[in-house]
Amino acid sequence: MTFLSYLISGISLGSVYAIIALGYTMVYGIAKMLNFAHGDVIMVGAYVCYLVFNNWGLPWWVSLIISMIVCTVLGIIIERLAYKPLRAASSLAVLITAIGVSYFLQNAALLLWTSSPKSFPTKFFDIGGEKGFTIFDGQLQISYTALVTILCCIVIMVALTLFTEKTKLGKAMRAVSENKEASQLMGINVNKTISITFAIGSGLAAIAGVLLCSAYPILQPTTGSMPGIKAFTAAVFGGIGSIPGAFLGGILLGILEIFAKAYISTQLSDAIVFAVLIVMLLVKPTGLLGKKIMEKV
Amino acid sequence: MKKFLALMLAIVMAVACLASCGNNATDTNDTGKTDNTGDTAGATVFKIGGTGPLTGDAAIYGNAVKNAAELAVKEINAKGGDIQFELKYEDDTHDAEKAVTAYNSLKDWGMQIFLGSVTSKPCEATSAESYEDRYFTLTPSASSTAVLEGKDNVFQMCFMDPNQGSASAQYISDKKLGEKIAVIYKSDDVYSTGVLETFKTKAAELNLNIVSEQAFATGADTDFTAQLKDAQAKGADLVFLPMYYTPASLILTQADQMGYAPAWFGVDGMDGILTIEGFDTSLAEGVMLLTPFNADSEDEATKAFVETYQSTYGDIPNQFAADAYDCVYAIYQALEAGKATADMDKEALSDLLVEQFTSMTFDGLTGEGMTWDETGAVTKSPKGMVIKDGAYVGLD
Repeated sequence: MTFLSYLISGISLGSVYAIIALGYTMVYGIAKMLNFAHGDVIMVGAYVCYLVFNNWGLPWWVSLIISMIVCTVLGIIIERLAYKPLRAASSLAVLITAIGVSYFLQNAALLLWTSSPKSFPTKFFDIGGEKGFTIFDGQLQISYTALVTILCCIVIMVALTLFTEKTKLGKAMRAVSENKEASQLMGINVNKTISITFAIGSGLAAIAGVLLCSAYPILQPTTGSMPGIKAFTAAVFGGIGSIPGAFLGGILLGILEIFAKAYISTQLSDAIVFAVLIVMLLVKPTGLLGKKIMEKV
Repeated sequence: MKKFLALMLAIVMAVACLASCGNNATDTNDTGKTDNTGDTAGATVFKIGGTGPLTGDAAIYGNAVKNAAELAVKEINAKGGDIQFELKYEDDTHDAEKAVTAYNSLKDWGMQIFLGSVTSKPCEATSAESYEDRYFTLTPSASSTAVLEGKDNVFQMCFMDPNQGSASAQYISDKKLGEKIAVIYKSDDVYSTGVLETFKTKAAELNLNIVSEQAFATGADTDFTAQLKDAQAKGADLVFLPMYYTPASLILTQADQMGYAPAWFGVDGMDGILTIEGFDTSLAEGVMLLTPFNADSEDEATKAFVETYQSTYGDIPNQFAADAYDCVYAIYQALEAGKATADMDKEALSDLLVEQFTSMTFDGLTGEGMTWDETGAVTKSPKGMVIKDGAYVGLD
């Protein structure tokens, strides 16, 4: 029974990683850049939701929608100001810019909201004042927050897959990801497609922020950075650029982390997780579901 | 391109605006403070300096110390005796490097007696400097052993970390608070590991049953379900948390979500958990902690202190505030007994104060009959506290 409860914690933690990883993977798949500021957009999303919920007293889903709108706009602004002018520059330049944006966001948050930690409300997903339910005669307790996180993650993953497979915009995205020049020749507005990708990724970041902080309710300007790095790892683990890959990578990373803590050592958990990742990448360099890269000669 | 430029300019202006607003606010604050304490400036005042986190993660501690020290200085100056103080606090944001910079600017200001740093890591750095420079140092709250080690002129007002651990084990055993004990600690923090070590030694002596011992470290400090489930699976009815209040608040929340409700026992780093913005204080209900100061005490001096503090700064003082208040009064008592004058230099003052501190007995808010030994460690007995209806209440 303890095994099952560890598994549920792992899946719930992994779902948060997976939602963040989806944002990384979308942007990488289409714009071929690593948006390291993604973790900090998550933090901004969580702050906006917290402030709207606490100061204006609006229901949590309104706060979430407002926070998604703010993050989407923020994502578009970041893309326009920091990344778009570098569209033709080397990928290294864009990478450094992304790190710069990440620090800018963290320090702006420090200035605006100070670094004193805030406790995020945890009652968003409680039903009738209950935090969770028990099964197997009270031996296994599952919190509603964990359940909502897992469901949200699955819904988002399916929705994104359908979106990229079925819609016109999704097709444009796939085309851009395969070949920018060719898709431009076919009449696809590459810039617009990339901007929309950023908007979607940042909107997802707001959801990830709220879910992350509902499960682990301490909010400070550095809240997004560590989960951001782990989610990036998850995206690479699952095969960066692949949407189901990010999902799978996130869940596996979460389970690995919790199991390493539970059964091996709480002190070495991170080391174990990353060691597994290194071995995995040695065996399969493109990640679990990554596409094989064909070298063009 | 023009549009882009305009947008950039607008952003730069907005940021500059914000930044300058922030600065203005602190500027006016600072001048306000010097007005309060600096009205006795001149050759006849003792200049006391200290560093602490006035902003940042541990700001709750830094500001409590600064406020209470200011309060004590004001009271002493109002007496109008021969000993007058001028106090200056510099911000170190709980960072060792910034603390040394802050210490250097205090030296430039002409400090004669040093109140050390508020938190352990910065104080380890500044006390090494003040030992070299021969400034008498009395830290209100930096509790690690390294602060004192090998420094004859560095003293503590709080318990040393190891003492907190053994005192906690003693208290749990005396009051029979738990049959099976679990410990969760932070493996990359000297404060946490220092308390843990002595807790374990003392617990073994007293035959306390530690069933689960789990760690976490920076970077993996959000998810505690594995640690908590281990404690729960092993049937721990008391969980000992030697750590600061930020991770502790997460542990309490997650245990609540799991439906795990053991007794919780913390040390002085737990102080402050009730003041986290947005924290549901009902989660901390019943949390016990060992601290030298109880704001609800019926004691006359404590009552008066709590009242003035609350009317001046708006919150109930925590133990850091009480320690700082005691620091200023202990220095006052020592200076008076040693017949010190303000024109003495820092070295003469240091020798005089070391002699006084190792021989005197001091009664303060955080204990009666406190004494200091050669190493600089204080002897006083801790008080058990419990959180009840969102406030600290004495256990005894």
